[in-house]
Amino acid sequence: MSVLRRGGLGLLAWLAGIVFFLPIAWMALTSFHSEADAATNPPSFTAALTLDGYREFFGSGGGASPWPALINSTVASVASTLLVLLLALPAAYALSIRPVKKWTDVLFFFLSTKMLPAVAGLLPIYLFAKNAQLLDNIWLLVVLYTSMNLPIAVWMMQSFLAEVPVAVIEAARVDGARLPVILARVVAPIALPGIAATALICFIFSWNELLFARVLTGVVAETAPVFLTGFITSQGLFLAKVCAASLVISLPVLAAGFAAQDKLVQGLSLGAVK
Amino acid sequence: MTATTTAPLAATPARTVRQPSARLRAWATRAPLLPALVFMIVVTQLPFVATLVISFFDWNALYPKARHFTGLDNYREVLTDADLRHSVWTTVLLTAGVVLASLVLGLVLALLLDRRFRGRGIVRTLLIAPFLVVPVAAALLWKHVLYNPEYGLFNGLLHYVGGPQPDWVSRTPLLAVEASLVWQWTPFMMLILLAGLQSRDQQQIEAARVDGASDWQIFRHLTLPHLRRYLELGALLGSIYIVQNFDAVFTITSGGLGTANLPYTVYQSFYQAHENGLASAAGVLVVIGSIVIATFALRVVSSLFREEVSRA
Repeated sequence: MSVLRRGGLGLLAWLAGIVFFLPIAWMALTSFHSEADAATNPPSFTAALTLDGYREFFGSGGGASPWPALINSTVASVASTLLVLLLALPAAYALSIRPVKKWTDVLFFFLSTKMLPAVAGLLPIYLFAKNAQLLDNIWLLVVLYTSMNLPIAVWMMQSFLAEVPVAVIEAARVDGARLPVILARVVAPIALPGIAATALICFIFSWNELLFARVLTGVVAETAPVFLTGFITSQGLFLAKVCAASLVISLPVLAAGFAAQDKLVQGLSLGAVK
Repeated sequence: MTATTTAPLAATPARTVRQPSARLRAWATRAPLLPALVFMIVVTQLPFVATLVISFFDWNALYPKARHFTGLDNYREVLTDADLRHSVWTTVLLTAGVVLASLVLGLVLALLLDRRFRGRGIVRTLLIAPFLVVPVAAALLWKHVLYNPEYGLFNGLLHYVGGPQPDWVSRTPLLAVEASLVWQWTPFMMLILLAGLQSRDQQQIEAARVDGASDWQIFRHLTLPHLRRYLELGALLGSIYIVQNFDAVFTITSGGLGTANLPYTVYQSFYQAHENGLASAAGVLVVIGSIVIATFALRVVSSLFREEVSRA
């Protein structure tokens, strides 16, 4: 009985996994169908496979090329992630290894900025960008994405750096090691996996962002999610193309997410859950 | 080896005797923190102050000369405008619906995943995947590939069983947006609750089982109380993210059919209607709503956090 039930529950878990994954699997399959096969009712599961959807998406059919948007998204995500690390690492150090007074208050200030809805600051940022001639400039997004991810990064890295035993650092200091050496030889090896996960999560959030990109960019600095909004209104037979586009643009996030899988919860819950 | 003795000796008298040096050292400790702190204040706090100020002005971007101070008029207009009031209600419905549904589903999935079975790692990966689709792409997927009345997958599958062929988005627009968001946010809830389940005291559960407690009793009296704060955390973090949702509403319904939530309305009132003052007032209202949620969220996070610190 117990064995039977256990097996049944395992089966149920598998079933749930398949149901949740089905839309993605269907999207992937559709992206390899011809437009005619993609839009049949009932659905054609076994239609011939083709790369036409991908060719169409990459602009062979005369549509806009997605490359500028993909490059913009890469620049915005990578540059803002690097800037986040540059600012968050020293801050996390001052909040864990050599904590300032009232360090928990500072930590909670960072967290509270994350809870301020982005939409509340949108208008003044738009007006500022307009006056400073920064509209449609990818570096404006870099700064904004940095502020969006900095609290998450500070929280995550604080919790990773706090895992470095103080006794080990003290011992190294007593042995005469200077700060850079301690950071490189003692702190880095323990904290590096956590730092990498933090970077991946910041990358994901920047890559996904739509509202700021939509309002603050136009032709030149358009990002990948803004490019995708071009598919909101139907354009005849275009399902395979939409699926190819959605999949290609989601691939970096899927890759980063699976790479950071073990630390994903910690990042998403701002370090509250390990 | 000489450093062994000199370092602590040099540190102790400096702290008590030379006051300026202690102050210097305090600033040296603070210094690594300052760039991040200043950056956050400038980029996130200043714009909000500006929003607050603008919200007291009657300011249409198309008629900049007519800008003038109007006190609380914008708030009065926002709170009495039928459309805007409706968008407040929509935001509440959308947030509460998505958070509750994904929390319940996430709990069920977390309980299923908390036991050993063949291929558990694969199932976990399959379940996380929806959360790792770019939100706009996920919304497009639901809008065109699943919901489309003529060739969408849902109606395609219904076709096999001879079911009806509804136009999902126009018949139940808010539910359509919510379903796509529940699909994306259930994995998030599942991950948090799974972490909660795995931090249970296994010995206590074993002891209860030895004493003859049934699975349901263990769940009701041990697991659920332990999960309470993880449920709260999931609900609050989920609320903070979903209150701000723009992507799904923008993509699936373009704010039409009564699905415009506050973020979409703020976007529309300044991006399309150029009403800066009104948009700011609506933005301030979103913030006030979020502060209510955030106060509770911070309390939960800090209680979990204090536990972690005291355990370390």
